[in-house]
Amino acid sequence: MSLSTESQAKIDRELTKYPPEHRQAAVMSALRIAQTEKGWLSKETIAEVADYLGIPAIAALEVATFYNMYELEPVGKYKITVCTNISCMLRDSAEIVTHLEKKLGIGFNETTADGQFTLKEGECMGCCGGAPLFHINNTQMHEYLTPEKVDQILEGLDK
Amino acid sequence: MSATQTLVCLRTVGQDNPASLATYLKLGGYAQLQKLVTEKVKATEIISQVKLSGLRGRGGAGFPTGLKWSFMPRYFDGTKYLVCNTDEGEPGTFKDRDIIRYNPHQLIEGMAIAAYTLGARVGYNYIHGEIWQDYEIFEAALEEARAAGFLGENLFGTGFSFDLYAVHGYGAYICGEETALIESIEGKKGQPRFKPPFPASYGVFGKPTNVNNTESYTSIPWIMEHGGQAFQELGVANSGGSKIFSISGHVDKPGNYEVNMGIPFAELLALAGGVWKGRQLKAVIPGGPSTAVLPAAAIIGATMDYDGLSKAGSSLGAGSMIVMDETTCMVKTLKRLSYFFFEESCGQCTPCREGTGWLYRVIKRIVDGQGRLEDLDLLTDVSSNISGRTICALGDAAATPVLSFIKHFRPEFEYYIRHGRSMVEDGLAAQSQAQQEVAYA
Ligand SMILES: Cc1cc2nc3c(=O)[nH]c(=O)nc-3n(C[C@H](O)[C@H](O)[C@H](O)COP(=O)(O)O)c2cc1C
Ligand code: SF4
Ligand code: FES
Repeated sequence: MSLSTESQAKIDRELTKYPPEHRQAAVMSALRIAQTEKGWLSKETIAEVADYLGIPAIAALEVATFYNMYELEPVGKYKITVCTNISCMLRDSAEIVTHLEKKLGIGFNETTADGQFTLKEGECMGCCGGAPLFHINNTQMHEYLTPEKVDQILEGLDK
Repeated sequence: MSATQTLVCLRTVGQDNPASLATYLKLGGYAQLQKLVTEKVKATEIISQVKLSGLRGRGGAGFPTGLKWSFMPRYFDGTKYLVCNTDEGEPGTFKDRDIIRYNPHQLIEGMAIAAYTLGARVGYNYIHGEIWQDYEIFEAALEEARAAGFLGENLFGTGFSFDLYAVHGYGAYICGEETALIESIEGKKGQPRFKPPFPASYGVFGKPTNVNNTESYTSIPWIMEHGGQAFQELGVANSGGSKIFSISGHVDKPGNYEVNMGIPFAELLALAGGVWKGRQLKAVIPGGPSTAVLPAAAIIGATMDYDGLSKAGSSLGAGSMIVMDETTCMVKTLKRLSYFFFEESCGQCTPCREGTGWLYRVIKRIVDGQGRLEDLDLLTDVSSNISGRTICALGDAAATPVLSFIKHFRPEFEYYIRHGRSMVEDGLAAQSQAQQEVAYA
């Protein structure tokens, strides 16, 4: 269950950004790296990250619960987070949400039975000019969405 | 006359490989850094050019950058830090993203000049969580700049050293507030600190720290090249320079437009293709939701600069212009904004934590058809009680939309409360009904 050596190397690189006596500074990126490897952050994973950095587990847990993009419960292989904030709302993010809900048969904070997709509602992602939009797994941004474009994007994903 | 853009911070946009070092060098990039550092130009001279430029912080508060720089302690026995705030998460704001993905080197050069001026040895650029691909572009630009000798130790053989790193946020609007951002860099929850002490005396790891917005730093190389006076002259009194306006919502061509400060609102709207679908303009939030909404009549004749927008009854904020056409229901729009502030309150101060939740619940109740007329006074009271009683400005930011939406669009709220339905949607339904009747006649 321990972190892969690849993840450890990535965390080590993050640590070089900070003075050696401030290893806690790397906790946000370390948690991100762990989540990318494991899909979500279990209590054990969080404790392991804390251990690796040499900080109290509670310090890592506090960070994991404070920031929205950490997942503290298992999610599908593809987590789709749709922005519904004002600029996206004005350009009908609701249509995209309805389309996804129908197509996947799930609502916000739900996962499809086959474990492929989780749907989430997001706050402003700082890309409002490209509204409506969503990102997949915190990393790939898709902008100027239409229901047809959503279909194409979903078809393009490995199942 | 139709306005054109002035590309200062978005200078590489439209070039091939805009983010590459080669492109930036071709446009004269890093020459200012090299010149200042090798000629050992005095910090006081640089700061006086920045003061002359009239550059005011582009993160939203509009604090004069030159003055802020003069607060950094000159002599300090230890590391001083430089922080760039690329955490933009205020709805409608998306300009800094274009800087890091299209023109990252100008930001790096601007930060290196600031570091030289302020004696900062290490810098961090804190980047908003959701824009991972752009974060990677910036990381790649940092690698290029290091390899080319524009970052690192003993730059240009002068003994001046500056290391710059990218830090990735993970979804918390509050981290845009500079002290929350500093906490976050340190690997903690993003909860704002009490000020004073200000970052200039107690910032990252407790050390003197200068925090500026991405666009502020990115303006610096241009100011060094052309002089503070020239930058000031791009704009108008009290608002020097060019400014990137992020235009979103109901326009034909949403996007970033970099123009001279003081541009008439109507010209800027025209640049973005005007209101979409041939519809009428209803309202504009000129600087992001923490600035007051203005009805069309109040903004149509305004100029886009600090004084112009304050005369019109709002403020420039981060230049995040959210345009709403005649089909927008202001009650539902306010509900979404109130949810945002409620969701993003960090929970430290009771008036903000409780107040934002209360505001959201009351507006939701109105939208759900359960509103009472007294609710409008209640909303105003709760908002006024948040303002000025909190650690950071998020509390005020949450109150502003509530107060300004109700002030300017009260009849819509009253209609919603009386009928349990949206006045705008009822109007649209009646219109389409009438059209159908005409078609059948
Ligand atoms: C709730 C809140 C959110 C903020 N978000 C941002 C932001 O996303 N980007 C930013 O540059 N400044 C933001 N600010 C302002 C910063 O606290 C700070 O004033 C700014 O980064 C200073 O840089 P400047 O003087 O160059 O504008 C925010 C402030 C508050 C209260
Ligand atoms: S005003 Fe709100 S967001 Fe700011 S510190 Fe207080 S509780 Fe946190
Ligand atoms: S409002 Fe959706 S990205 Fe900003």
